[in-house]
Amino acid sequence: MADDTHDIPAPKPMIEVENLTKLYGNRPAIRDVSFTVGRGEIVGFLGPNGAGKSTTMRILAGFLAATGGTVRVAGHDVADASREVRRRVGFMPENNPLHSDMRVREYLKFRARLKGLGRQASRDRVDEVIEQFDLTDAARQMIGELSKGYRQRVGLADALVHEPAVIILDEPTIGLDPHQVRTVRQCIKQLAENHTVLISSHILPEVEVTCTKLMIFHEGRVVAADTPANLERTLGGQQRITVELEAEPGVLETAWEEMAEVEHYRITPAEGRYQRCRLTPRDGLDLRPEIAALARTRDWPLRELTRDRHTLEDIFVHITRKDED
Amino acid sequence: MGTFITLTRRELAGHFLSFRGYVILAGVQFLLGLSLLLIVDALNNRPFDLPITEKFPSTGLFWLVLLLVTPVITMRTFAREKSTGTFETLMTTPVSDLQVVLAKFSGAFGFYLLTFLPMAAFPFILKHYAAVFPEVDAGPVASTFLGIALIGSFFIALGCFASSLTRSQIVAAMASFTLGTGIFMVGLLGEISPPTDTPLYAALRYISVLEHMKDFSSGIIDTRHIVFYLSLTAVFLFLTCQVIGSRRWK
Repeated sequence: MADDTHDIPAPKPMIEVENLTKLYGNRPAIRDVSFTVGRGEIVGFLGPNGAGKSTTMRILAGFLAATGGTVRVAGHDVADASREVRRRVGFMPENNPLHSDMRVREYLKFRARLKGLGRQASRDRVDEVIEQFDLTDAARQMIGELSKGYRQRVGLADALVHEPAVIILDEPTIGLDPHQVRTVRQCIKQLAENHTVLISSHILPEVEVTCTKLMIFHEGRVVAADTPANLERTLGGQQRITVELEAEPGVLETAWEEMAEVEHYRITPAEGRYQRCRLTPRDGLDLRPEIAALARTRDWPLRELTRDRHTLEDIFVHITRKDED
Repeated sequence: MGTFITLTRRELAGHFLSFRGYVILAGVQFLLGLSLLLIVDALNNRPFDLPITEKFPSTGLFWLVLLLVTPVITMRTFAREKSTGTFETLMTTPVSDLQVVLAKFSGAFGFYLLTFLPMAAFPFILKHYAAVFPEVDAGPVASTFLGIALIGSFFIALGCFASSLTRSQIVAAMASFTLGTGIFMVGLLGEISPPTDTPLYAALRYISVLEHMKDFSSGIIDTRHIVFYLSLTAVFLFLTCQVIGSRRWK
């Protein structure tokens, strides 16, 4: 069981989903979703509540069965070989449910045993994950008495205790304070070294920084799937640059005219003797280094140089709105 | 097998990790103690030469324990895990539905049996304190316990089934109480209706839990009763398995 990460040739994707459909009664929760996830990728599922993220994850984790389509995890079909799949998946459901009447170490050992680890193996692995998630201080505490950040780490430790090839985390940072979010995010980043990770979120910056690939869910469909950077580029449109310089407006005008990458500009006076310029670069290029260099060579005092990044938030609003039209 | 033991141990421990578990234990001990009192009282007033165990179900308190306590024991089995969400973490480990159902049943059944454990001391208490005490045979005592276990296993299986249907523990308890009381009432109907030759009456007697317990407590071990309870237990555990598996229906 430990070496099943080696029995599949490398190019084969870790997760293959084809035409996945799930109906709750007559209401479709996911419609015809297809995607593949390669080994070592961190994929973020993005979407508003009810978009189908959790349902997709539950099917991948072997909790629900799909109405149609196939799902393969590490080469095993979730419908035919559910237990084989479950052996290879570490799943942390939404809201991270834990047994509040158990102690941390006791709970993790219980979970390790359920996941098929032997007595000694489970003891060793529990020690390892307790160390890994910095739970040593809390190991003897009741889970019900833990803070949310600790609970989250217990959930992550549980998802990892049987060394699964795939880790599925449904909203892992929901309800955490910014500091705890950072810790959890770091934990997730570490995981990517040895695991394939799926995380879901409806907070965009959250997945933007951790994920190598994003999939945007809307009303049960995947409406976009790419790397965060590509998504930003292809869907985000043009990104403007704001500069505040101390120079004559006429001089600035000629300078922007000479810069070929500037498609459009507008100069307005700012307080002091500064001029505020809004530049629209061609193809969404980042002109900040060039502008900084220019200011240096011309000896213009520079007090602001920023780029309005089209956040994924914009992309998301853009895509989902388009879908509604 | 290892998984089953791990799960069962957790289930059993869960009963002792909650305040509820101790309330159940205290309640059952109170009712059983009361039934001992009634037996002693009966002995004092009208000495009889029946096996002493036969007095036990006729005090009625056993039925109160069975009908009230089994729903409270079993209500948490599935409903609690469903409401807290741990059902999802449980079912995404490589365990089978059957393992989970059997472990939940075994945990609840084990706790049910444990609540009756102090009763094993009753014959010795009677023997020790009674001035004149009729002989207590090991046979009827054992068969009474067998009856408690068999009828209990059916009611526990029923309770597990009810708990698997809902995420509310209260609804689970009420459903199993209603079903259990319904079955008890059918037996009671056979008890109070005048004996006739009709097949309906025979059927009522056949499925009467009161009748069965009367046999067990008087030392009669009827294989029909054993088959009756074991098969009903199996049926309800099978139904529970189906409910648990239904989330994977397409």
